[in-house]
Order: sequence, then C-alpha cells, then structure tokens
Amino acid sequence: MAKTYYDPSDLRKFGKITEWNEELGNKFFDYYGKVFEEGALTAREKSLIALAVAHTEQCPYCIDAYTKDGLQRGVTKEEMMEAIHVGAAIKSGATLVHGVQMMNKVNKLDG
Amino acid sequence: MTKIKTKSLQKRDSDLANSNRQLEILSSGVFENGELPTFKDKIAETKQFPLRPNKLEILQINLGYMCNQVCEHCHVDAGPDRKEIMTRETMQQCLEVIKKTGAHTLDLTGGAPEMNPEFRWFVEEASKAGIKDFIVRSNLTIIRANKKYYDLPDFFKKHNVHVVSSMPHWTRGKTDKQRGEGVFDMSIKALQELNERGYGMPDSGLRLDLVYNPSGAFLPGDQMAMEKDFKKALMEDFGIQFHNLFAITNLPISRFLDYLIASENYEDYMYALVEAYNPMAVKNVMCTNTISISWDGWLYDCDFNQMLNLKVASKVKHVSEYNEELLQDRNIIISQHCYGCTAGAGSSCQGVVA
Ligand code: SF4
Ligand code: SF4
Repeated sequence: MAKTYYDPSDLRKFGKITEWNEELGNKFFDYYGKVFEEGALTAREKSLIALAVAHTEQCPYCIDAYTKDGLQRGVTKEEMMEAIHVGAAIKSGATLVHGVQMMNKVNKLDG
Repeated sequence: MTKIKTKSLQKRDSDLANSNRQLEILSSGVFENGELPTFKDKIAETKQFPLRPNKLEILQINLGYMCNQVCEHCHVDAGPDRKEIMTRETMQQCLEVIKKTGAHTLDLTGGAPEMNPEFRWFVEEASKAGIKDFIVRSNLTIIRANKKYYDLPDFFKKHNVHVVSSMPHWTRGKTDKQRGEGVFDMSIKALQELNERGYGMPDSGLRLDLVYNPSGAFLPGDQMAMEKDFKKALMEDFGIQFHNLFAITNLPISRFLDYLIASENYEDYMYALVEAYNPMAVKNVMCTNTISISWDGWLYDCDFNQMLNLKVASKVKHVSEYNEELLQDRNIIISQHCYGCTAGAGSSCQGVVA
C-alpha cells in the first residue's frame, strides 16, 4: 500500500474512474470537457478560475494540472498569483463574514 | 547587451553532447519497461509504420551551429563556442541542389545563420534560383548584436526573404529566463526595425512570422489562441505587428533533454507527449515533406535527426551525391523524440500540422 495519501502519478490515472462506473464516469468527463471549452469566457479565463478554485479546494492534483495548463496558455506567474489571491480573499471573507453570526449570537445571549 | 547564461553541452563536456547517449536515454526507462509504447509501436497501431516521405516541399539548410545566444533549451546545442560552419564549397553544392529541386521552400537555419561569413553571398546566389518561399530563421538579437548586422533588415528586404523569428513570450521576464538577459529588449527593437521596413504589416508581402516554444517542461497551448494573445500584447505594448505565430513543441533532445533530466521532469514530459499523441498529425510531420542538410553537407530526415546524428537511410547520404528521386524512396528514421511532432495539433518548423 502507498505510504502517502497523495501520489502525483495518480493524476494520470484519473480517467480510470470510468472503469468502475462507465456511464457516470463518461458523463462526468463529457461535462468537464464541455465546461472548459471556449464560450462566453475564454479558455484562458476558465483556466485561471480553475486555478483559484483548485487552491481554495486545496486539491494538489488540480493545482498541478491548472498550473501546467496556465503555463501552456502563456499565463504568467503574476497572473496566477493574483488569481490565487482572489480565491484566498473570498475564502477569508467567507470566514470573516460569519463573524456577524457570532456577534448576533453573543448579542442575543449576553447582550 | 545580452548576457550569456550558459555554455553548449559540447563545451561543458556533458555526456549528452554525445548523440548516442541521447538515443540511449530515449530508448530506455519507461519505453524499455513497457510503461509507455515506443513511437514505432504507436504509429504501427494506425498502420503508419514505416514512416515514408510524401512530396518534397522544403529544403532546410543549416549554415552552422554558431550563435550569439545560448538559449537554455536549444535543440541545436548552439552557441558562440560552436565552430561548425558551412563552407562556400558546401554551399556551392547546395546551390546545385536548389536549382534542381522540386521543393518550393528554402529554409535557412542555424545557430544564427547570419553569423556564417558566407551568409550574404549564399542568400544572393540562392535567391537567383527563384524559389517561391525563401525563409531565414533569424533569432532577432543578431540584428542588434553588432554594427555589421545592423543592415540585415534591409538586406532581407532586398532579397524578399521571409523572416521567421523566435519569441518565447510577450513579457520580458519569461523571454529573458529562456533566452538570456536583455534578449527581450533587443528582440523588440529588432521587430520594430523589421516593421519599419514593411515586414509583418497586414498587407505586406514581406513576411514576418514568429515562433513560440514553451519556456519549460510543458506543451504549447492552442496556436490560434497564442497568436491572438501575442498580437494583442505586442501591439498594445510596443506597436509591433507580425503575420503568423507558429507554436512549436520542444523535442526531448540536446539541451532541452538535459534540462528535463536535471529538473526531474523527463518522465512526466514523455508521459505528456504520449498522452497528447494524435495519429492524425503523423501523416504531416515535418520529415514527410522536408530534407535537412547539415553544415557539412550530410542529409537528414529533419533538423532533429540531424542533431541526433541520424543520417538518412538512403544510398544518397551527402549533398555532393544528391538525387531527389532516390532520396524520396526511403524510410524515415524514428525514435521516441518523434512524439514531440505528434502531440496535440502536431508540431513542425511551420507550427501545427493537424
Ligand atoms: S537563438 Fe536559436 S540557435 Fe541560437 S541558441 Fe537560441 S535556440 Fe539555439
Ligand atoms: S522528429 Fe523528425 S523524424 Fe521524428 S517525426 Fe519529427 S520530423 Fe519526423
């Protein structure tokens, strides 16, 4: 058995998930492929969104994949870092905005 | 001034300066243990083995490995320390071929072809042969490297040369990382000078194309999308125009192979190439319509095979005994580096092929 939870070479095997459920696996990959096609957003913009979300989800496979994808599309490291800050800002904002809930509760119980 | 970053593999006495060592690496590891299929097995799946030439369209002549730059990933292992240069005698033999060939394109490359002392004489003579498309692969910085090259844009214009130039990125940082400090600014200046002569302008017959190849261990993105991004950025930032962008995949040979191994990217890169394999690209790979001639007159299926010292599998092996009919009746020599030509939309000196 592997000694770590994550193995970089597992990313290459992602497609194998269809082997244990072909129908759902294929539906997922069709959907996935379609989402990243050029549309109202460019494929480049989608790649940067994916990179930011990969970080907020903290998925090492997606981080690997979308860093490489960005490089392939000519995305610069400055653009990548800014995208991650957008993700981080939403993450921390989402944490902090719940502070209002805490404040409401304190005011109700101990106001 | 540009700052030279490194030396050629040859000068460094690297193991990889030996092409046999490179071929050994390309045939061992993941390809030997069956993890990945060899290129031969892969193209055999669609009955495309052995690979054979189609109609000859391009004569590519390498005027020497000397270059004013030492780009990190150069597949020629070129640099100022390389002394291999085509002589006038070999050029004369090439001219005989140019007069007779059925190819419509002549493609001069190097190194920096302009550094060959006989370069101008050769261009003048070759242009008399009335070839339809006469390409010089110019690295741009050479135009600004020394006073004696300042008039190159005029010289190119005079002979209606089609200029094809490398530009790794539209930002300074990424360009200089790959090609050396100061390269970006000099390239921009050179492009502006070419534009001033009419090169690259929308309706101009003076063709100026750019070549993009990735700055690291990843494949090039979509050629059309990259062209759009390059055009927008170069126009907005510098008012520069050009015709087409060719997106070229880095082949795992020479200094790029050295880089892949040193950075521990070799296996992943080979996986990426094999995963991106496109059987549709095979029938148009460069070797099917090109003959490559080295500085010392030997004949090769392509520039990459030249660097791996894989001479054509034909009775005719040297420009002095050139015979197009005999030469076209040959099998092309392949190895795992060929996966670089068939990834995604494919890759050649003219960009995508599929
Ligand atoms: S300019 Fe071209 S030939 Fe010269 S070192 Fe760079 S890649 Fe090699
Ligand atoms: S590397 Fe050369 S021989 Fe191999 S497929 Fe590409 S062009 Fe053909």
